[in-house]
Amino acid sequence: MQSLPFQPEQASTIARSVDQLYFFLTAVTLFFTALIFSIIFYFMIKYRRRAPGERPKAIEGSFPLEVLWTAIPTLIVAVIFVWSSTLYFRNSEPPKGAMEIFVTGKQWMWKVEHPEGQREINELHVPLGRPIKLTMTSEDVIHDFFVPAFRVKKDVLPGRFTTLWFEATKVGTFHLFCAQYCGAFHAGMIGSIIVQEPDEYESWLAGGAPGESMEQAGAKVFQASGCPTCHLADGTGLGPSLLGVYGNPVKLTTGETVTADDAYMRESIVLPKAKIVLGYSPIMPSFQGQMTEEQLNNVIAYLRALGKAQPKPKEEGKQ
Amino acid sequence: MSTATLEPRVHAPRNYLNADYGWKSWLFTLDHKRIALLYLVSITFFFVIGGSFAVLMRIHLVEPQGALVQPETYNKLFTLHGIVMIFFFLIPSIPAVLGNFLVPLMVGARDLAFPKLNLLSWYIYIVGGLFTLYSAIAGGVDTGWTFYTPYSSTYSNTQVTAVAIGVFITGFSSILTGLNFIVTIHKMRAPGLTWFRMPLFLWAMYATSIIMVLGTPVLAITIFLLALEHLFHVGIFSPALGGDPLLFQHLFWFYSHPAVYIMILPAMGVVSEIIACFARKRIFGYKIVAFSSVAIAVLGFLVWGHHMFVTGQSVYAGLIFSLLSFLVAIPSAIKVFNWTATLYKGSISYDAPMLYALGFIGLFTMGGLTGLFLASLATDVHLNGTYFIVAHFHYIMVGGAVMGYLGGIHFWWPKISGRKYPNMWAGIAAVIIFVGFNLTFFPQFILGYLGMPRRYAFYPAEFQVLNVMSSAGATVLGVGYLIPLIYLIWSMRYGPVAEPNPWGATGLEWQTSSPPPTENFAEIPVVTEEAYAYAPEEAAGD
Amino acid sequence: MTDAEAHAQHAGLAHQFEDLEQQQEADALGIWLFLVTEIMFFGGLFAAYAIYRWLYFGVFQGGSHILDIRLGAANTVVLLGSSLTMALSVRSAQTGNRRALVLFLVATMILGGIFLGVKAYEYNQKFVEHVVPSLDWAPEGQTLARLSPGGLEHAQIYFFFYFAMTGLHALHMIIGMGLLLWLVLRARKDSFTPHYFAPVEVVGLYWHFVDIVWIFLFPLLYLIGGRY
Repeated sequence: MQSLPFQPEQASTIARSVDQLYFFLTAVTLFFTALIFSIIFYFMIKYRRRAPGERPKAIEGSFPLEVLWTAIPTLIVAVIFVWSSTLYFRNSEPPKGAMEIFVTGKQWMWKVEHPEGQREINELHVPLGRPIKLTMTSEDVIHDFFVPAFRVKKDVLPGRFTTLWFEATKVGTFHLFCAQYCGAFHAGMIGSIIVQEPDEYESWLAGGAPGESMEQAGAKVFQASGCPTCHLADGTGLGPSLLGVYGNPVKLTTGETVTADDAYMRESIVLPKAKIVLGYSPIMPSFQGQMTEEQLNNVIAYLRALGKAQPKPKEEGKQ
Repeated sequence: MSTATLEPRVHAPRNYLNADYGWKSWLFTLDHKRIALLYLVSITFFFVIGGSFAVLMRIHLVEPQGALVQPETYNKLFTLHGIVMIFFFLIPSIPAVLGNFLVPLMVGARDLAFPKLNLLSWYIYIVGGLFTLYSAIAGGVDTGWTFYTPYSSTYSNTQVTAVAIGVFITGFSSILTGLNFIVTIHKMRAPGLTWFRMPLFLWAMYATSIIMVLGTPVLAITIFLLALEHLFHVGIFSPALGGDPLLFQHLFWFYSHPAVYIMILPAMGVVSEIIACFARKRIFGYKIVAFSSVAIAVLGFLVWGHHMFVTGQSVYAGLIFSLLSFLVAIPSAIKVFNWTATLYKGSISYDAPMLYALGFIGLFTMGGLTGLFLASLATDVHLNGTYFIVAHFHYIMVGGAVMGYLGGIHFWWPKISGRKYPNMWAGIAAVIIFVGFNLTFFPQFILGYLGMPRRYAFYPAEFQVLNVMSSAGATVLGVGYLIPLIYLIWSMRYGPVAEPNPWGATGLEWQTSSPPPTENFAEIPVVTEEAYAYAPEEAAGD
Repeated sequence: MTDAEAHAQHAGLAHQFEDLEQQQEADALGIWLFLVTEIMFFGGLFAAYAIYRWLYFGVFQGGSHILDIRLGAANTVVLLGSSLTMALSVRSAQTGNRRALVLFLVATMILGGIFLGVKAYEYNQKFVEHVVPSLDWAPEGQTLARLSPGGLEHAQIYFFFYFAMTGLHALHMIIGMGLLLWLVLRARKDSFTPHYFAPVEVVGLYWHFVDIVWIFLFPLLYLIGGRY
């Protein structure tokens, strides 16, 4: 179905299914509103008071009716719940192979960084027909990344990552809004999603200024911060090797096993004592305040790359 | 309408209004009816303040770049509009005015269980109001009435502490009122007044009081922690210091969602009373309606997470809150059907209270159904944070609660003031309010789905037409609200004197004079019939 | 009943009630409802505490080590004692023993005062050790050593809860002391009879509630360090 007059463009893979559900909800609303209005109107006229002393007979109630008008709404909301939850659940995880882009929200602008190093302010260029996964954080207060045309929205929180994904189905420029009140220029924290044909996107990417990818920038931050001093590649240093770590399970001193995802990586840099890898001591200093959010994102991109490398063999005796 | 005459007061029988004169007899009164009037004056004052902020906002939004004020000022306007309307108008309105006046009368008692606590709760409300007014005058607050952290705790440099103190204090007014009602309804019912003979208004006040008593303390502690965080920056809600901003949201919404049921349940109680009276019939499915009030109160505590679907919380938490949110809609739907069925084979008159009650049913139905869009996860992702939310809650709170409040004021005005108001003007005002309301808020549903976020001081030009429509409607709505203010005040002096039971309604409050004497009843009544005994075999004369 | 008894029966009956029995039932329900609101009030704080303790377990253990468990235990005994004297004062009112009533109320106040005095000393110690969040936060030496294993970054959150929870509790105690004083003054004026002593019961329930809150606070703040 095409979008109706009072709907934004359908420019993503999920927009149409969200609109279908919305259409159904609108139909239910209009139907029951009309039903109640017309029944009331009809009763108002048919049973209007004809004489001042009129006293209608008492009607206590009707159990069958109560059951009926409890069961039918319950059925309807059950249908909506199942439909909506299925849609929501299916849309909650990005498809594999999604292009990963970092977004940082701050009062009152959006900062975007492509893995290739391309940076944007208040704009996000994406290729058509490719799933895009945004990993987002805030430098200050809670913001919200909202693209009406894609029917996607997610809060952007300080101190942690949230993710959002979409796949654009139309070329064009679409509104990006901040949808969580964030202070004086909340209304000004808007931008554009620019969807391009894949080849146009590639040329845009190539034409950009910094020749350095996020991974390369991250490697530099990694070096400059002294990380290799402890995190030796063979695991014999004071800190664990980071090769092959990203995305894989990690065993902690508490006995727990966690997955080394973005949140874990970020926490390990700003709050290193929170989780200690089994076999190592809690001696890593915190880098909170010493790295900007951007630098943190770059380091994480570098760690993602390291995650794909083979771990170097460890010596016996060091667990 | 015959020529207005000044009814000679010198021969008026002794009632609670003329029992004593002078400001001390009002400010130190222990009479629940006088306290109700103290509340009536104060909440009207705050309604005018909150309404003025709304008028300024709607004027401002006529132009995409903003027509009236700087963005920082606009942010303060919507914040204070929300705080004043919710905490100082809507939450007290029906309970503190109509509830205080009617609960003792309806149970057949001489006063509430704790009259001194009742007066204290008004003073607490006033002190809280003064702190809030101070915060507005001393620079305003720009956090939104939801006070999300870390903006409100760490970044905003407006009068957060002052308004937090104001809201904190006023919460205790709510708690004491609820406590008073629960004890009164449990312990002071007249002989023969069993639970299932009580008017549904009492059931509604009871359910509301449960929420007030259980929920408001959580708001109090949340605001208390927020104020401490704002002052001392310890880190409890600020990630930079190790805190969790979402913890604030959970604590805040744990109260604030049940709070919306504090706002709507009393209005539903009023509607039950009005429909029964003006259809001259017992409410269809009385017991079901009574139980559904309690069900709404209980379920209402379990759904707060639906305000947080897009915060990045777990998908499974979202599923549970979504399911519960759908379930809480069912008892409300049941009520709407029962009210409609009451009209069947009734004897219906079109007096002003009935017009308000019917307006309530229509607008509440629409507002409630739009809640389904928001309980539904997939659509809420798109709609959260947009004008759709604004439209949804205004349909319920203005189209619902305010119309219920006005309907109640019009229904019990003869009892409260001893005077009648001109029915024609009342009907005209009701229609103007209904039309103005829809013109104001219906366009906002469309704005929301189109993607216009809320709390925007300026917006892309493509949204202008709908904004102008909404602002035009607001003008009509504003006019509609002024009319009752005028004729109700007029009626206190020039309206025809009211008889004890001008509407021919059942209920103990109508069996005493209009206005009632200070002690409510010459003798405590004994109840022998069911509620809403309108039918011929039940009618005791008349 | 005799005239004197009938008179005593009606003394203290408020105008909105039909009889003393209704009034007493209403008072009892009223105070229990009020205590429920207090449970919800403290409950929000306890919930926040639980979440942060789960998040920063080490910090909470470390912080607990800074508190003086002997003072906390002593205060617990003092407060339990005050609940005993409070219950005895209610009993005295029930039996019409005016002297004992006043005595036990005063004893409750004295014990409450001791509790608050010890608390004041403990608060002062926190300043001495520089572990007051935001106002005086500079732990050093032994204190620093105790806090470090848990991570110094978030130790302030533990102490925030320490001050918020015990402070709110102390505020309730101070209000309770005021209520006790009011009761003492009324008792000395012979306001209470075996038929009418509802205010004593009501304040008694309040005082027991404040005691119970401390029974929860003591282990949650003092004992979680676990090093006895």
